[in-house]
Amino acid sequence: MTPDDLQAQVAGFLAAHDPKTTDRLEFLRARYDAGLAWVHFPEGLGGQGAPRALQPVVEAAFAAAGAPDNDPRRIGIGLGMAAPTILAFGTDEQRTRYLRPLWTGEEVWCQLFSEPGAGSDLAALATRAVRDGDDWVVTGQKVWTSSAHTARWGILVTRTDPDVPKHQGMTYFLCDMTAPGVEVRPLRQITGEAEFNEVFLTGVRIPDTQRLGAVGEGWKVAQTTLMNERVAIGGNALPREGGLIGMVSKTWRERPELRTPELRDRLVQHWVEAESLRLAASRLRQQLTAGAPGPEGSAMKVAFSELNQKLTGLEIELLGEEGLRYDDWTPRRPEKVDFLGREAGYRYLRAKGNSIEGGTSEILRNIISERVLGLPSEPRVDKDVAWKDLPR
Amino acid sequence: MSELPTPDLLYSEVEEDLRASVRDLLTDQASPAALLARVETSEPYDLKLWKTLAADLGAAGLMVPEELGGHGASARETAVVLEELGRSVAPVPFLGSAVLATSALLAAGGSVAAELLPRLAAGELTGALAVPLSTAPGAAFPATVSVNGDGTLSGRAGTVVDASVAELLVVPATGPDGPGLYAVEASAAQVTELVSFDLTRRVADVELANAAARLVVSGAAAEAALDNALTTAAGLLASEQTGLTEWALTTTVTYLKGRYQFGRPVGGFQSLKHRLANLYTDLVNARATARYAADALAGGFDVPIAVAVAQARVAPIAVHAVEEAIQLHGGIGMTWEHPAHLFLKRAKSDELAFGTPGRHRARLADLVDLPA
Ligand SMILES: Cc1cc2nc3c(=O)[nH]c(=O)nc-3n(C[C@H](O)[C@H](O)[C@H](O)COP(=O)(O)OP(=O)(O)OC[C@H]3O[C@@H](n4cnc5c(N)ncnc54)[C@H](O)[C@@H]3O)c2cc1C
Repeated sequence: MTPDDLQAQVAGFLAAHDPKTTDRLEFLRARYDAGLAWVHFPEGLGGQGAPRALQPVVEAAFAAAGAPDNDPRRIGIGLGMAAPTILAFGTDEQRTRYLRPLWTGEEVWCQLFSEPGAGSDLAALATRAVRDGDDWVVTGQKVWTSSAHTARWGILVTRTDPDVPKHQGMTYFLCDMTAPGVEVRPLRQITGEAEFNEVFLTGVRIPDTQRLGAVGEGWKVAQTTLMNERVAIGGNALPREGGLIGMVSKTWRERPELRTPELRDRLVQHWVEAESLRLAASRLRQQLTAGAPGPEGSAMKVAFSELNQKLTGLEIELLGEEGLRYDDWTPRRPEKVDFLGREAGYRYLRAKGNSIEGGTSEILRNIISERVLGLPSEPRVDKDVAWKDLPR
Repeated sequence: MSELPTPDLLYSEVEEDLRASVRDLLTDQASPAALLARVETSEPYDLKLWKTLAADLGAAGLMVPEELGGHGASARETAVVLEELGRSVAPVPFLGSAVLATSALLAAGGSVAAELLPRLAAGELTGALAVPLSTAPGAAFPATVSVNGDGTLSGRAGTVVDASVAELLVVPATGPDGPGLYAVEASAAQVTELVSFDLTRRVADVELANAAARLVVSGAAAEAALDNALTTAAGLLASEQTGLTEWALTTTVTYLKGRYQFGRPVGGFQSLKHRLANLYTDLVNARATARYAADALAGGFDVPIAVAVAQARVAPIAVHAVEEAIQLHGGIGMTWEHPAHLFLKRAKSDELAFGTPGRHRARLADLVDLPA
């Protein structure tokens, strides 16, 4: 498989499905069925087993033709996290049922992992799932759940055995967000919006056919999700000056009255960092041909969060008098995180979450130091203790 | 470098007493929950609290001499009040009225100032200085308001701090006779509150259309009075920023002692302990630097350097400290219910107020002869 082969395939597809005249969903479904959704996925599941590094070739060819976007709401959880996890651990029925509407955007996904008492220490979670015939009955509370209010499905980790050490007693499910007992309450955040939610699960019945992976193997399944999450957050394919650096550079070019030599020096430093981060992300994607992200994703995510925070902080300083203002504090429930569609104050505040969501920078540094550098871990008091006996 | 007088960097007993009463009041009247409930209502400022602070505790008149109805204290005591206001982000117009407008009139002198200062000092009158909050000491005299032939004023000043609750506006304006500071009743101006980044300290646009005005001072003395107000405010703001830093550190330490993950309090992880120790180190530096600026302002020595150092050093410390507080609180720190965001919004707008750290560094380079 070469880039040319794929370009030829896309050209053939476009000849048969003119994006100008074809219905949006019909187009996307056909693209999935043609194996041109994510080319590295298996045949029949939106792909054709091609190297993952070739995906950008396909994306570029479709974008150039004005093809519809399969993720207009830019909710990365389905594409970035649920999909690779379902691919890795799902049964054939599950893969067939979930991946196609996930990719076309017909079904939005959310991630029901964190709980009030279990954030960084996800394996401490307390949401219980108890077997009852062909179903599981789930009760507990999740928190900070991004886009739960727009989601049709949630990836859910639960505790199925409190008597074994915490990592061993967890099980992973696909949760129907419309099922009785699922209650989503908006949770307002620093920006004024309610982008994330509290989710209360009260006696929610989940059929065993919606279990992902074996009973008690939830931690292993969740690891796959988390590794992919870091890459999804930190490893975006961007053109030069894509994203926030482009935004600030544009303001700089258009507003000479704001410039000072000191700010210029800092902006150029950030420009260089953004360029090298972009290259590191490309290099990471090139390494990912096998489709299994390693701990490098953690490094990307740390670097990406820090750069976003420095840049958005600089942008406010640059704006001076205008930086004292905010665009809108109205509590809204947005459909997506709109980093570039809003003003500097929003970007500054929202970027604070980048180093918390998807694993905090502290936890990612621990992962890098222990798994990449092989440094010894801190003494663990919780490894061999039954979950129910852990101090909380 | 010339010999400097030995500064007093400690707090006097009187200052500690003042702190205690301000802190008691704010603990009682300005809890984070009360603040959050207030910020989005039609009364974002707590004017009852302001009256108590300004009049009953006498905080508004600290820098005003006794013969003008004040307490004849100094910038040092005012700084202590600002530290406490920083620790609580209480929504009162102390900066705009007791610091900016009051300093401008004190430096201006003359009969109009002598008539207005006792009322400001007594908390009967709330004032604001009609320049953008981002204006740095040493900036050129603003040219956005002009004096008409009949002595009225026309023009505008944007992002004026605390203007929406001020009755008195001190307005820098330029007429045929050059620069002047004017007193304008806020009712003669159109004051439009903006959507402020800092929810507990508001900014407003002030429009003047042939507004009746009284001249306070003119010429070079007007320029000096304006610069004095900006310099005093920039120097004293470092005390508010020290208060913000202290809040961030103590709140985060308390939280991390009680938050368990991985079967132990997260504050026990060495990487976090070092971060908190760094914040403490920053706080020690911030406090001494802010104290020096207050003492220099009170004593009238080394003022330009003390103020430039204070803003170059303490403003970024406060922003960093509150950013760390949010990060170390994890998901809870990103929520609206937790008060950390109110402190972040204050710290970041304080960083812009009276010139960014970058501008103060550039100014300092000139002051201490480190040419480009
Ligand atoms: C904007 C946003 C969106 C989110 N969306 C989702 C979502 O969709 N689904 C979902 O499940 N979750 C979501 N989260 C939750 C997120 O994953 C957690 O907030 C995160 O894992 C941290 O957990 P915590 O908040 O409990 O912090 P804690 O674990 O309590 O951590 C507090 C502080 O201690 C540090 N710390 C903890 N342990 C250690 C250690 N061993 N060594 C050093 N430092 C440590 C942390 O880094 C942090 O700074 C979201 C969070 C945010 C902010």
